[in-house]
Amino acid sequence: MANFSTYQESHPSIKNILLLDSDGKRVAVKYYSDDWPTNNAKLAFEKSVFTKTQKTNARTEAEIAMFENNVVVYKFSQDLHFFVTGGDDENELILATVLQGFFDAVALLLRSNVDKREALENLDLVLLCLDEIVDGGIPLVAYSTIAVGLLMPTTFLAAATWQQAIGGHEYYCCGMILETDASVIAGKVATHSMDAAAPLSEQTITQALATAREHLTRSLLK
Amino acid sequence: MAQPYVKKDDDRDEEAEYSPFLGIEKGAVLQEARVFNDPQLDPRRCSQVITRLLYLLNQGETFTKIEATEVFFSVTKLFQSRDFGLRRMVYLMIKELSPSADEVIIVTSSLMKDMNSKTDMYRANAIRVLCRITDGTLLTQIERYLKQAIVDKNPVVASAALVSGIHLLQTSPEIVKRWTNEVQDAVQSRAALVQFHSLALLHQVHHILIGECNEPILCKWRNPSGSYLKLNFDDISSGNTGLSVVVDALLEGLNNSGPVPEDNFLNIRQNDRLAVSKLVTSLTRGTVRSPLAQCLLIRYTSQVIRESGVNTQSGDRPFYDYLEGCLRHKAEMVILEAARAITELSGVTSRELTPAITVLQLFLSSSKPVIRFAAVRTLNKVAMTHPMAVTNCNIDMESLISDQNRSIATLAITTLLKTGNETSVDRLMKQITNFMSDIADEFKIVVVEAIRSLCLKFPLKYRSLMNFLSNILREEGGFEYKKAIVDTIVILIRDIPDAKESGLFHLCEFIEDCEFTYMSTQILHFLGIEGPKTSDPSKYIRYINNRVILENATVRASAVSTLAKFGAMVDSLKPRIFVLLRRCLFDSDDEVRDRATLYLNTLRGDGSVVETNKDVKDFLFGSLDVPLVNLETSLKNYVGDLPGSLSALPVTSSSHMCMIWIQEPSEEPFDIDSVPKEVKSQPLAEKKGLGKKPTGLGAPLSGPASTVDAYGKMLSSIPEFSSFGKLFKSSPPVELTEAETEYAVNVVKHIYEGHVVFQYNCTNTIPEQLLENVIVIVDASEAEEFSEVSSKPLRSLPYDSPGQTFVAFEKPDGVPAVGKFSNMLNFIVKEVDSTTGEAEDDGVEDEYQLEDLEVVAADYMLKVGVSNFRNAWESMGPDCERVDEYGLGVRESLAEAVNAVINILGMQPCEGTEVVMSNSRSHTCLLSGVFIGNAKVLVRLSFGIDGPKQVAMKLSVRSEDQAVSDAIHEIVSSG
Repeated sequence: MANFSTYQESHPSIKNILLLDSDGKRVAVKYYSDDWPTNNAKLAFEKSVFTKTQKTNARTEAEIAMFENNVVVYKFSQDLHFFVTGGDDENELILATVLQGFFDAVALLLRSNVDKREALENLDLVLLCLDEIVDGGIPLVAYSTIAVGLLMPTTFLAAATWQQAIGGHEYYCCGMILETDASVIAGKVATHSMDAAAPLSEQTITQALATAREHLTRSLLK
Repeated sequence: MAQPYVKKDDDRDEEAEYSPFLGIEKGAVLQEARVFNDPQLDPRRCSQVITRLLYLLNQGETFTKIEATEVFFSVTKLFQSRDFGLRRMVYLMIKELSPSADEVIIVTSSLMKDMNSKTDMYRANAIRVLCRITDGTLLTQIERYLKQAIVDKNPVVASAALVSGIHLLQTSPEIVKRWTNEVQDAVQSRAALVQFHSLALLHQVHHILIGECNEPILCKWRNPSGSYLKLNFDDISSGNTGLSVVVDALLEGLNNSGPVPEDNFLNIRQNDRLAVSKLVTSLTRGTVRSPLAQCLLIRYTSQVIRESGVNTQSGDRPFYDYLEGCLRHKAEMVILEAARAITELSGVTSRELTPAITVLQLFLSSSKPVIRFAAVRTLNKVAMTHPMAVTNCNIDMESLISDQNRSIATLAITTLLKTGNETSVDRLMKQITNFMSDIADEFKIVVVEAIRSLCLKFPLKYRSLMNFLSNILREEGGFEYKKAIVDTIVILIRDIPDAKESGLFHLCEFIEDCEFTYMSTQILHFLGIEGPKTSDPSKYIRYINNRVILENATVRASAVSTLAKFGAMVDSLKPRIFVLLRRCLFDSDDEVRDRATLYLNTLRGDGSVVETNKDVKDFLFGSLDVPLVNLETSLKNYVGDLPGSLSALPVTSSSHMCMIWIQEPSEEPFDIDSVPKEVKSQPLAEKKGLGKKPTGLGAPLSGPASTVDAYGKMLSSIPEFSSFGKLFKSSPPVELTEAETEYAVNVVKHIYEGHVVFQYNCTNTIPEQLLENVIVIVDASEAEEFSEVSSKPLRSLPYDSPGQTFVAFEKPDGVPAVGKFSNMLNFIVKEVDSTTGEAEDDGVEDEYQLEDLEVVAADYMLKVGVSNFRNAWESMGPDCERVDEYGLGVRESLAEAVNAVINILGMQPCEGTEVVMSNSRSHTCLLSGVFIGNAKVLVRLSFGIDGPKQVAMKLSVRSEDQAVSDAIHEIVSSG
């Protein structure tokens, strides 16, 4: 049990990544922790983060704020607001690196037209981008939902086994950072349009960028 | 149907509102998903539909079980397509849908095929998807591939397998444990992130292994060649092979650059320390490429340091050099991680702190807000424990007061207020004044609160702080902010006698131009109590009278009351007050006129100057000694059956006068003494809750004694208990029944010098019953020092109307006797006819078992805080000090142990020392209180916790009486 709690803390973890528009509406969001169990809780968090950061100038440098014991780093571009949330104790600069990775990767994929319209038109790329930055892990079901008080609250079982049995809520341990280098992320996402022939390892960053651009031109022309 | 409308909308306002998902609807998209079943797949079209499905899910839309299954099955058909982009979207979709176990089987084979594909991207993604949706049984089938993937030459594939391993470790640790060889190889990968992921996995595998082998291991560190580190384990081969494999592989594989101290023998009791410290030792000497992996290593290192403590041989902290070296790393995140790790070392010395503080200081002037924030936040934490270490940064910190990011500015200010010394206060105040004008109210309140504690810390500086407060009080601000300022001034007036006059003056100035009626009346009330006691009360009269002339009726009325209080207290002012009060007789408002009339009569405003008698003072300053709820009920009953015209009825009692408007005068006047003084349990509990909050205006100078006062008055009005003397303490109500039982009973323990009174608050929750002669039969056989002296039954207990019954015990004078009492509720039940509400004549005697009640040592302790513990401690002197050490055994955490001791003693924690920093290994807690016999007690608790959670405690008690100090020790040793 003690082991569990320490290893949750031990590696840098991301609680959520949000991409909102200039009205605070979702463009794409991804939650990796169960701090916000319902959609309403998520929306409430997004609203409070959005309204409190709205008036700040986070266009040149990423900004930072605390919300309900979470650290949120954020950056804006035109009508898009990027947020990355981590726990209270998280290293702010790691969160900022993840944010920068996400921001730059999206910028590369959208060919620097980082606005809501472009993001929605290429939502598939944005979603793949999120998928390549942080790995959400295995949904776990908190055992405690089955028999509160009988079992240790931090014992978990694989969701696949328990979820259908008891209909408990999904529990995501935390998001493990997968990659923070924007060009690598964009490269991975952009292989999308490539032929499956070229293995990624042989690709240089320049190639990856070229592919990203190529993809964009194609998507603009279609 | 929505389509044409959407089109139009597009034309009109395309730029602003365009979205490819406008008017999207779940039903329609699910229909579109049929294209997945087409024999001729159109990859682009399918990708678009998946994107639309993902968009819906992302917006918070949910699919029903049937919908999800349907989508899942059709998505699996898409594995036929060879289109790369589509395959990626399929992976994403499967992860989003989290299929159930029986569904997973459908895709397993497809995914396993992808796992062995030649395309790296397929392999990486298939691994992640499969590990996410799979369960233990399937995992054994794919384990072989995963092990291969970990050492795959492509970093993306290796990372995917490693990250999946980290997640799987929580569900199937026994499988992941077997991968240690491969993970070990991956640690040496040239790819930065592979190193990061494998390090994370390796460390967690250790944690799992630790749980399994417990025998002590003697290990020997040798450095035969100067470049190679070899380990000899005794016992290890017999125990867990996994561990030896890990450690051996780890050490074989890593090239160690630095030399290791010769022949260090370490007898380490626990394997976790050993294994993790091996890992850390080897890696801290090797090269770690990724900054993320470096951060991870720093975390593990601090964990090893935490678990091993200071090296007993040299007094050095192991691995400190490594942490310090990381402060010179090129990546900022590593520097921050190392600096933070150093500041969080338990018992960190100032020598160890200095290099970390230096790099954080550099961060303070960074151009990036995130770096400034991280630095100031870390320093803010350090300032709580080592304020002196942070003072070097004060100059840089001051420049942050004007930071664009308000979180940074506020953190900077609160840090400065913590580290500031007496001399820098003035300069600081000047800085803050500029800053205050352009921040939001919520931040201003934080600053005002910080200033409040600063002022209590440096009482001599009250002048400049009070000036600051009066300045910000004059500026624009919302109610909450103004209230925070006014509360702070009130607290300063209370705690710093010198500040009284200027504080009152500032409050007077404030009400001259105060837009909040509530605050004006509160300040006027406060002024009425404090003003007459000052050296020159006359100077306040002008301000108060201005209120009478200029304000609205509510404020005018309270100004009249304040004037009357001055008149009552200051005889020399009386004639002038009378003149002012007489003017109020012509006020346009009834309430103001009434009050003026009442006060003129009370103070005998006929011109003759007479000594104000005690009754009048009681009337003006005392509080109503009957609960308002009871008064209201009694008045309603009194008025209820009197029809007719309106007229006023004066009600009098020894110290109270009320004017009651009733519809027609009754034959007999209302007697306030008939109002029951016994308090219903519920309102009192609420009052108690409110009373705890240290609000400035809400709780006037009478302090925390108010609930005790209310109880005291109530009990002394009961003849049986009036001879017990002064009430010492009343406990909060303790529930003796489960929630929602037939009869709800809770008990309040009232402690006297030589007696204990139990007040049972009973509520009857059955509408069909009337209880009579309710009494609690108490069995005190397990409380030898107590003997029952009297009891007061409750005559009748109707439905849903709480009543009290009392039982009194005698105990030895001034002795904190403890004991356990078992309780039985005894009563006569009468059936109540639900239609008429009449009770039947005959009742049946019945009883109801209640839970046991205990009188504990904490009941004899009053929570009374001191504002400056050090001063109080010094002035108490060591004459009656007693110090002893105790072992508290194995505890869950340090915080839990601290709380337990505080609860046993029932004392007031001072200066926020009840809060234990997480991860700290030692803690000092300061407590103060008043023990029975009115003996002031101060306690200093020092806690320490070691590896296996053994907690030791040093208890130092100072009091005015040796016997009391000893008693405290007895409480702890018996608790």
